[in-house]
Amino acid sequence: MSTTAVSETVSTTGIGTGSSKPRLFRNPWRHPWFLEGFTWLYLIWSLAPIALAVLFSFNKGKSQATYQGLTWRWYWGDKVNSIWHNPQLHSAIFETLKLSAWTTLIAVPIGVAFALGINRWRGFLPSSFNFIMILSFVVPELIFGVAMFFVFTKMPGLRTIGLGNWAEVLGLVTWNVSWPAIIVQARLVTIGKQYEEASADLGCTQFQTMRRVMMPLLTPAIFASAILVFSGVIDDFVIVDLLSSNASNTPMSVIIYSTQHGGNGGPALNALATVMLLMSFVVAGLGYLGYRFMTRGQRVAEQALIAITGTE
Amino acid sequence: MAHLPPESLEKPAGGGRTRRQDREQKPFQPNKLFWVLLAAPGMIWLLILFVVPFYAVLAIGEGKLDRQTESPVAVFNPFTWSSANLSNVLHDVFGSGAFVGLIAWRTIWYVVVASLLSLVIAYPAAYFVARFSGRRKGIFLVLLIAPFWISYMMRMLAWIDLLQTNGYINKVLSFVGLGSPDWLGGHSYTVILGLVYGYIPYLILVLYAGLDRIDPALIEAGRDLGLGRARTFIRVTLPLSRQPILTGMLITVLPMLGDYFTNQLLSGARDTSMIGNLIEGQLSQPSAGQGAILSLLVLIVLLVPMMYYVVQTNRASRAAS
Repeated sequence: MSTTAVSETVSTTGIGTGSSKPRLFRNPWRHPWFLEGFTWLYLIWSLAPIALAVLFSFNKGKSQATYQGLTWRWYWGDKVNSIWHNPQLHSAIFETLKLSAWTTLIAVPIGVAFALGINRWRGFLPSSFNFIMILSFVVPELIFGVAMFFVFTKMPGLRTIGLGNWAEVLGLVTWNVSWPAIIVQARLVTIGKQYEEASADLGCTQFQTMRRVMMPLLTPAIFASAILVFSGVIDDFVIVDLLSSNASNTPMSVIIYSTQHGGNGGPALNALATVMLLMSFVVAGLGYLGYRFMTRGQRVAEQALIAITGTE
Repeated sequence: MAHLPPESLEKPAGGGRTRRQDREQKPFQPNKLFWVLLAAPGMIWLLILFVVPFYAVLAIGEGKLDRQTESPVAVFNPFTWSSANLSNVLHDVFGSGAFVGLIAWRTIWYVVVASLLSLVIAYPAAYFVARFSGRRKGIFLVLLIAPFWISYMMRMLAWIDLLQTNGYINKVLSFVGLGSPDWLGGHSYTVILGLVYGYIPYLILVLYAGLDRIDPALIEAGRDLGLGRARTFIRVTLPLSRQPILTGMLITVLPMLGDYFTNQLLSGARDTSMIGNLIEGQLSQPSAGQGAILSLLVLIVLLVPMMYYVVQTNRASRAAS
């Protein structure tokens, strides 16, 4: 756009200066080919191994290192160790989905309500809880997981819950509740107070304002945070590793880790990881499309891409 | 506030003041109880499942050992706390047999090298996509963000496949005559590679978001005022990207310090173990109390950078409002 116009004028004036640099380097607005090459190298380094891992999930042989031809063996062909026939592998898929769904259903409403309340209720108590919430966002997951482990194994009262599904959901909700809380608060800041004041002036009660004005304005932010929580739980490893108790409540990430670490890896694990990859991509794709639909006419595609990663 | 409803404009000098007008005189003042009720569930949740758990960790760490079941018992009364675990851990960190101290130094060393490498790799890529990708920005962003959606375990598995002794990396290396090293045999460089590969997607996103926000007019102004490419970068772009760099480093360094799975998968050797392995490995042992103390010590050390992050987040949201 404007940079191209500038580059033409600068390059025409730059030629006459008799610079000693080679001609390619004389144009100060030249395309940064070195940077572009570096970026492509980075992208290849970051994505090619994944593509190979997916390829190995279709490997004919038992090797995770050498390609021996394509097959569906590790998805359902193999009678013992395919996802379809190995109960541990396919129950892990359902466990992951179950944990993701429950965590999203609990964490998002709590987080959104928390964000609204904390943002408008000024005082020492709400700001210290906001502080605690952001702290829960940055504390290393292992430290938090250790605390949860002790709560569900040693703490009177909560000890009765024990390790397993309930502990995993409670731990995951606590770990993920900061996503909706932070994203909704950021959105509240950009919305400002005018809409609320206008609706109060027009005679709405606070509840009506919330339902008819704030909720529609916040829907994209709430949706983005739900997507992040759901996919965050699919990805989560530390909390579920520490809080799962047996094979029936072990999700995919832990199965992949413990099987590979135990020396029993094989293409079936790659197949399971590929299923996990597909799940995440479906969630991300739906999240992107949904977010674009909800913010149609307001935001460009790139903003939507960044918004559903929660970095905005 | 100056927001007068239409009817009060129509009859400005009406007789008695209605209740409605009275309310309009005051600034917009919503009912506080409504907000308290909204925030309450989250606050109670965080109190029971985030604040109390850390007290439980302290109670385990300062608690005692049940000799019969060989398991630690939590002691919730601070007046009967024992400091046996604490002194044991401090002895292991600083004392003569200091194996914990060694592991702590190794952890710091790995994390420093891995996070600096990540920055050196991530910054140019994020900078290119934010500034120069032009009309191809969408496709670059999709590729840049893709690893963010790929599970950590999948990404580690991908490198385990590649780095096997008969894997593709070694096939390429032996083809060009560089031998075939045993990558997964317990080497620091493999663990550092894993850490960089594992955490770089988060860093690169933070950097991209920060660099994308820099007004191109500022950079053009630098160039118009006669600075060269490199000096514009050093004098304009780099100072403006200080904040994203700091946030990005925090967001990668903090989880790296609690990592115990990357080195287990990519090396598994004792002499590449990190502080996370020490904590995680003791959880179901009689020495769980020492693990608890160790995790609290790590928390205390990290409190300063975490506070910094919280303060920055608050300041950023206040600046925006």
